Amino acid sequence: MHASVRPAVSLNIPPTGSNAETREPATALTMSMCVSKVNFFYGSKQTLFDINLEIAANKVTALIGPSGCGKSTLLRTLNRMYETLRDARLEGEILLDGKSIFNQDVTSLRRRVGMVFQRPNPFPKSIFDNVAYGPRINGSKVPIADCVEKSLRRAALWDEVKDHLHKSAYELSGGQQQRLCIARALAVDPEVLLLDEPCSALDPISTAKIEELLVQLKEFCTIVTVTHNMQQAARVSDFTAFLLIGQLIEFSPTAQLFTTPKDPRTEAYITGRFG
Amino acid sequence: MSLGLGWRKFVSGFMLTMTGICAVVAVSALFLILGYLVFHGGASVNWNFFTKLPVPVGETGGGMANAIVGSGKLLLLATLIGVPIGFLGAIYLAEFSGTTTAFIVRYAADLLNGVPSIVIGIFAYSLVVLPFKHFSTLAGGCALGVMMIPITLRSTEEFLRSVPNALREGAMALGASKWKAIATVIVPCAYRGILTAILLAFARVAGETAPLLFTALGNSFWSPGWNQPTASLPVVIYNYAISPYEDWHRQAWAAGLVLLSLILVINIVARGVLARGTPLSRS
Amino acid sequence: MAATTTTVPGTGPVAGSRSWLSGLREGDEIVRLITFLFAAFVVFLTVLLVFELWQGSVLPRHKFGFNFLRTSVWDPVNEQFGALPFIYGTVVTAAVALLIAVPLGLGAAIFLAELAPVRLSDNLEFFIDLLAAVPSVIYGLLGIFIVIPLMRQYIQPALKSTLGFLPFFQGPAYGLGFLTAGVVLAIMLLPYIISVSREVLLSVPRDQREAALALGATRWEATWKVVVPFARSGILGSIFLALARALGETMAVTMVIGNTPVISASLFSPGDSIASVIASQFKEATGDLYLQSLIELGLVLFLLTFILNGLARLLILATSERGGGMAHL
Repeated sequence: MHASVRPAVSLNIPPTGSNAETREPATALTMSMCVSKVNFFYGSKQTLFDINLEIAANKVTALIGPSGCGKSTLLRTLNRMYETLRDARLEGEILLDGKSIFNQDVTSLRRRVGMVFQRPNPFPKSIFDNVAYGPRINGSKVPIADCVEKSLRRAALWDEVKDHLHKSAYELSGGQQQRLCIARALAVDPEVLLLDEPCSALDPISTAKIEELLVQLKEFCTIVTVTHNMQQAARVSDFTAFLLIGQLIEFSPTAQLFTTPKDPRTEAYITGRFG
Repeated sequence: MSLGLGWRKFVSGFMLTMTGICAVVAVSALFLILGYLVFHGGASVNWNFFTKLPVPVGETGGGMANAIVGSGKLLLLATLIGVPIGFLGAIYLAEFSGTTTAFIVRYAADLLNGVPSIVIGIFAYSLVVLPFKHFSTLAGGCALGVMMIPITLRSTEEFLRSVPNALREGAMALGASKWKAIATVIVPCAYRGILTAILLAFARVAGETAPLLFTALGNSFWSPGWNQPTASLPVVIYNYAISPYEDWHRQAWAAGLVLLSLILVINIVARGVLARGTPLSRS
Repeated sequence: MAATTTTVPGTGPVAGSRSWLSGLREGDEIVRLITFLFAAFVVFLTVLLVFELWQGSVLPRHKFGFNFLRTSVWDPVNEQFGALPFIYGTVVTAAVALLIAVPLGLGAAIFLAELAPVRLSDNLEFFIDLLAAVPSVIYGLLGIFIVIPLMRQYIQPALKSTLGFLPFFQGPAYGLGFLTAGVVLAIMLLPYIISVSREVLLSVPRDQREAALALGATRWEATWKVVVPFARSGILGSIFLALARALGETMAVTMVIGNTPVISASLFSPGDSIASVIASQFKEATGDLYLQSLIELGLVLFLLTFILNGLARLLILATSERGGGMAHL
């Protein structure tokens, strides 16, 4: 069991202490986040068991699994959002750029690790103010208007909204709202962007746009997305982690996981035998 | 079934008509009240009413300028006491507190809300009048303020709780600390509801008479500062209405019309305009 | 992107359990503390209120004990204080008020919840809410100048000639008194009863109604035999809430009850109630015993309304939990 938990990509990872630059670029993977031995408890109930996971920088990592498998919980540990819940407790270590996320200020952590939620949750403010929210509360030195434009462009929303930036965000369509939320998260220049089933509330056309967007966004940040849609994981991600009842069953490059799964449970899931 | 269908249908129709009549009677009471006040008080509401002091018994004319200003001062004080305490307490309840603390605070607020207003008067008397040895605007304002606290607290809490959790998380995921999320997202999101609640609480205490009887007392003249007895519209209505003088009765009607108009306008603005579509709690 | 290479630590760094508290920043702790102080102040205020009432009535409590509630002599000159006439007046006026307001209010609530189209119902509810906002001194004003003359000239003589054999409707028709106070209170209570009952009735699940109609019940039968019993405890709650208000109501009663401490079976007789005696005598009370006796009356009133409000909330909660999803009150 524990042997299979070791992520497949760790084969590509330089051993402890060595430097990525010394390796040839084709195989070297820079790691952005590293989850090790994480156990998560909600009250007395344990919902994550000994999770080990490495998240490659500027790649898309997808977390898949049947509902209730803990994939959203795992995502929420990465920016410590779980702390807003009562009775939530975490054991283990999570590193961002080699430093523990627990030793730093939680608000500056969340600035570096942005998050987009399942349902679009724009604030009841104008489109502009939504995107400007992050830079404003963080006292950004860049002119706000430039920052807003840059973020909206990156979220592929600029052309649709540039003429009515001061309209309420609630007047946008669901798909536009979700891209606005992505723009809002991008405005603080996060190193990692977490997405919690970002397309589950959207129609197929909006979903396609967001998927396309995710692939483009790799250029700017590391992306971790939770999805219950295996096709989506296969389309957009570089690495895929499969979770089942709180355990990480398999973690491999996406192509490998979907074509030659190592674990019979992964195979059962991706061939649709349960879940 | 022993009874014929025709009879049952008749009973049904009859009883349902009766309920309709009940509703008509209840609602028409409002229009009767308004009609009587306008009819009796309308003639006496003139410029003097708002600008002149009361005149001694026997002379006609005069106004209630001092009572209007007195009511204004009392309500200002009440708002300054009731709104901050109610509002900040509600933020604690909705955003920070554990379930046990919340239960205790809520229970206390409900208890305070159910206390008859005359008892609040006694409370303010022993708390403010006795130590200062003075009936005063301050004491009256405190009494009204204490009444505003639980109303503001409970409805503000309800409106804060109705803000979707997704917005809280959204703000915090952008690196906002909890209090920044409250100040920049949650409260702005609920402000219409909160404002409505505050307005309604204000309108409710604006007509309170009992707690003022032996705190603010009454005054035939201007009441300078905060430590003197002061006239107020509701108390003047009471004193004039139970007096034996025709001219005072006329003035009581006028004051009643002014007071009720103020209260109804605030209610209509709050319920009809601000709170359109939001559920309002009764308190 | 400043990502550097990281590796899986061999054994993993020490990581203890972390509570959600430790994640809060200092700014949050300050805001938390400040708002907590305000919330705690509300509790403190409530406790202080009870304490002041208790402490403020120490003299009569020691001197009269339970006789305070049982004797009917209220004589400030000889310092004899018995609260019975006021308790009697409070109970009688509240009872009269409920007898009038409950059938009328319930009828109107049934109409609004069951029969009226939603738009009409909501609009009427708006007017009823306005009616609930009318201050009690205005009701008192109308009581003095409209209800009292009506009572004296028409209603009381009519009652006397038809139901005069009952002890309730005997004696001279003064106009003011228990009956008048009860009527004015009833008008005041109507909006509360209608409003809360309507909400309780609306919270009865649709399927209850439809099940009855599908069995061939008429609309009235479905309402009276299925919907109303389902909402029974909630309606009872609204009545208790109204009763608590009736007991504590001061101005409207003071202005029309006659302010005489009398116990009389006749509803035409002038009387007095707890709240109204406090209102009319408190500021003139000379001597500690007199003043403290009035404060003890306040304590009695507080306890009465406290018990009734508690019961009301329990009842309303019971219905809404069964019916599911009603705004708490």
